[in-house]
Amino acid sequence: MTSALRIVNGRVYDPANGVDGAVRDVCIQDGKVVADVPPDARRIDARGMVVMPGGVDIHCHIAGPKVNLARKVQPEDHRHDVHLRTRQTRSGTGGTVPSTFATGYRYAALGYTAAMEAAVTPLGARHTLEELHDTPVIDKGFFVLVGNNVLLYRLLQEGRREEFRQALAWWMTATRAYAPKLVNPGGDEFWKGGRNANVTELDQQIAGFGLTPRGVIDAFIDAANELGLPHPVHIHCNNLGHTGNYHTTLDTMRTAEGRRAHITHIQFHSYGSVAGKSGDNPTSKAHEISEYVNTHPNISADVGAVMFGRSTSMTADAPLAYMLRRFGGGKWVNADTEHESGCGIVPFTYQDRVYTNALQWAIGLELFLLSEDPWRMVFSTDHPNGGSFMSYPRLIRLLMDSEFRKEEMAKVNQQALEHSSLRDCASREYSLSEIAIITRAGPARLLGLANKGHLGVGADGDVTIYEEDADKEKMFSTPRYVIKDGVPVIEDHEFRTDHEGRLLHVAPDYDPAIEQVIQPFFEDFYTIQFANYPVSEQYLHHHQPIPTASQAAAGATVP
Amino acid sequence: MSENLRVVPDATCTFCGCVCDDMVLSVDLEHKRITKAENACVLGKAWFKEHGIEERPFALVDGREATTAEGVEAAAQILANARFPIIYGLSDTTCEAQRVAVSIADMIGGNLDTTTSVCHGPTGIAFQGGGESTASLGEIKNRADLVIFWGGNPAEAHPRLFTRYAVTAKGIFTPNGKKDRTIVLVDVRRTPSTPVADIFLQVKPRSDFEVLWALRALVKGRRVDPSVEQRTGISLAVLEDLVARMKSCRYGALLFGMGLTMNRGRHFNAGALLALATDLNEFTHFVAKPVRGHGNVTGADNVVSWQTGFPFGVNFSRGYPRFNPGEFTTVDLLARGDADAAMIIASDPASNFPQAAIEHMKRIPVISLDPKLTHTGQLSKVAFTTATYGINVPGTVYRMDDVPITLRPAFESPYPSDQEILTAIRDRVRELLGGNRVPAGDRLAGVAVS
Amino acid sequence: MAVTMTLIGGRSSKQGTSLCAGKFGAEYTQISSTVEMNVEDMARLGLSNDSKVRLRTPTGEAVVRCKGRETKDLPPGLLFMAYGPLSSQLMAGDTAASGMPISKNLEVEVEPLVEGPAPGGE
Repeated sequence: MTSALRIVNGRVYDPANGVDGAVRDVCIQDGKVVADVPPDARRIDARGMVVMPGGVDIHCHIAGPKVNLARKVQPEDHRHDVHLRTRQTRSGTGGTVPSTFATGYRYAALGYTAAMEAAVTPLGARHTLEELHDTPVIDKGFFVLVGNNVLLYRLLQEGRREEFRQALAWWMTATRAYAPKLVNPGGDEFWKGGRNANVTELDQQIAGFGLTPRGVIDAFIDAANELGLPHPVHIHCNNLGHTGNYHTTLDTMRTAEGRRAHITHIQFHSYGSVAGKSGDNPTSKAHEISEYVNTHPNISADVGAVMFGRSTSMTADAPLAYMLRRFGGGKWVNADTEHESGCGIVPFTYQDRVYTNALQWAIGLELFLLSEDPWRMVFSTDHPNGGSFMSYPRLIRLLMDSEFRKEEMAKVNQQALEHSSLRDCASREYSLSEIAIITRAGPARLLGLANKGHLGVGADGDVTIYEEDADKEKMFSTPRYVIKDGVPVIEDHEFRTDHEGRLLHVAPDYDPAIEQVIQPFFEDFYTIQFANYPVSEQYLHHHQPIPTASQAAAGATVP
Repeated sequence: MSENLRVVPDATCTFCGCVCDDMVLSVDLEHKRITKAENACVLGKAWFKEHGIEERPFALVDGREATTAEGVEAAAQILANARFPIIYGLSDTTCEAQRVAVSIADMIGGNLDTTTSVCHGPTGIAFQGGGESTASLGEIKNRADLVIFWGGNPAEAHPRLFTRYAVTAKGIFTPNGKKDRTIVLVDVRRTPSTPVADIFLQVKPRSDFEVLWALRALVKGRRVDPSVEQRTGISLAVLEDLVARMKSCRYGALLFGMGLTMNRGRHFNAGALLALATDLNEFTHFVAKPVRGHGNVTGADNVVSWQTGFPFGVNFSRGYPRFNPGEFTTVDLLARGDADAAMIIASDPASNFPQAAIEHMKRIPVISLDPKLTHTGQLSKVAFTTATYGINVPGTVYRMDDVPITLRPAFESPYPSDQEILTAIRDRVRELLGGNRVPAGDRLAGVAVS
Repeated sequence: MAVTMTLIGGRSSKQGTSLCAGKFGAEYTQISSTVEMNVEDMARLGLSNDSKVRLRTPTGEAVVRCKGRETKDLPPGLLFMAYGPLSSQLMAGDTAASGMPISKNLEVEVEPLVEGPAPGGE
């Protein structure tokens, strides 16, 4: 139970409900937005302030096995960025891969109230849920890696599409995941079993299977849509980071043929090549990619912008990390998970003077500035791959403030800018309403979170109040109030209490007979007992299942 | 079947880092003991057989029998009043208990370290220096055609590593088990593990680093002087043969033990091995894996890492976690006489630490939690008797390859779990301190971060 | 007469199983107070199985019983001993800033004892 709260006098940006800066009250009771609260309800005076729903991060890497390896491998990154405990809150360390407590508090301190961990092996689901439980304040969920799953591949190869769909539903439910995730589909077998090779073409035969990446993508798009999952299949395309990869990206989007699909960190997939040269410096193909997304409403994407400075590349795309190792310098982690995934980690620094890094930075901005539908081209840095979530306020300023953008452009490798069209986008500036769309309303809608990203009656009582400031970086860095589930967690920029957010997950229905298909594979090839694999209730803690379309239509609450 | 008998399938053995989860336990509920542990190895059988319920006091305070509540009060007073309290152990308990233990260290501004520091701590340090190429044990079972064991004796310390995961285990690309693999063993002496090897390299003591470095050189095509044999006991021809095998295999795995980490060279040895595996990825797929010891020492590494950013040897006295092996590791803190109170959870440093460290433990108030009487329990001011994880206590344990497994306890213990005792201590310390202890006068601005 | 040898501390099956039974049981005490030694070294020092020797390092000393091993298993000059309270007495507290005391390949002085205090557990 929380007491009632009325936020008055603030300019409200609630684009999902058509509110664009109007001064109006926002009322919250028992953790939810309501039409009115009793007159004795606590009031927060937001005069001179901007009121928005809490931020929603659609794609980040904040918890689980690979994140923890990335934390462990970088003590130097924690040492210079510590997070002090207070009377109420836990201590931690920061850097590009903060400890769990620091992650939760720092997201909250930027006005974010929900975030999705974007790549978890099914075997690592338990670990991820334990970490998410130690990630305070925000609501959270995770995407489960299914795009290189050996058993799912076998079912597909044998043409058993119905069992494939049932098995996918089983895996989603067994791991308590939020969405299915494909990473470099088809690449794992080349990597693990083919002397560190990789798949390069959508129509290439996947080693060991009578399948192609295109066939895999097609099957997952179908299955996810048929299951009516709140978020469609979340795709990390093949050839990430490679010069000329925009062909693969376009090809992947075409494979969807009108069906819903989400393409993630699309910036990393928007590279052309200099005419007549291959394997050389990339060029920007933001125009081609934007045009496709703009004209195909079945496709959504998050940008995966690059910000200069330290980052950590961490990905299930192990061959990519191996390639980056040549540029990263010192450390490299590879971690194979049986039948499920690869993983690579490389600490990495994006430098403004380096051609490729400057080009990546420019493409990220181009994709935002060329987007005609902010609801479908939403905000991300693929934290911490393109940059830490701590750089979000700066990225917002780059989008809102063309003068600032121009100054920053002057500092970067100019040759890179010539191979992008960023200079042609010079006049566009994002409005506060558009920022509200790309950082909360849009991601919430794409995730199918009906109660997030807006402030209509029934919405979660997750509200951020920023003091207006001409310097948008400053404004978005330090919200004055952050309210989570109706609880003012941050007031006057300071934590007033600790708070535990909810785990968001799905539980699609499946035919229990599918377990007869799955179990024999476990007995032969896994190293964990089938009975010990599904994640039990004890890991859910404070949680909220989000219904599938059919579950919602049936009005049934998910078990 | 009698109602006093119960069979628990898919139960997990937490004795060693293999964390085998295929136990079938027959439980005599009346006498609260496990009568049979199907699938268990010799160590697992002893683990299950010997963890019945012993008649012991719930707690001893100053040597006198006490209730758990009295023990909690005494422990909380010690921790709340200490200036340099240390918390150590945690390898033989659940992640749930480990999480509470770290939260206490954070709250009181104490020091937190685990048995990792005297196990594969040097491997952790080596990992921080360069990373590693690694894999879940199932990848080794299904794919590895070359497995090299280095500085360890799995047959005696991790008996099912060979059969379940790495030697005779059959998988997708290894349908014939051992016939599909070459097994190499490197050690300073013959052990019961040696017969499993197709190739045995008996290296001279204190020459692991030299052997590893010579292998790295050969992998990279550099010349190695034949005098390497005098130094290491291994001829150049044998090294060249091994390098050829390593470069030509499809999926190679280096599994290594404390013969590298507890030895002269420590993290340099582990680092050389990790680097060798990394180097080999220029030619083929190659992974390395430390063979971890106690049941949940890997869970402790994970928990401490996600809560603090560092795997062990963490100090909270400045209001945030700092990591420094040698400074904040327990052997050093005790041997130097720094700590003024200690809470030891599920481990027995008084039986295996250097004598100087044990002597200091005798001088300070020690709180200990253990199902059994231990040397540490004997010198403790407050000693709790606890239920045994995996046998009486549910929760989570991480296998040596970071795979978390949920425990299925066999029967209830009258004694509380580590998690229950630690939670009670934390709640009481919080009352005594009025919340987390915040370093005096820092308040954000004044803290020097060195 | 004392000679210098290299002591390897480690685990064994018996040490593991007896540990489960309890650290104050006769078996654990016996196992953790036995040192394995090369049979030729033993002959040279006039030792036989169950003979007592004193092991000494700059840190401390321990009296343990011998058990012979063939040369192919344990080369001359090497000793093996399961971890336990007695091996702790030989370990130095210095970790060279690693956190890890050296417990393998310790240089120890080995002195045969004709008479002397019996190791614990008898």
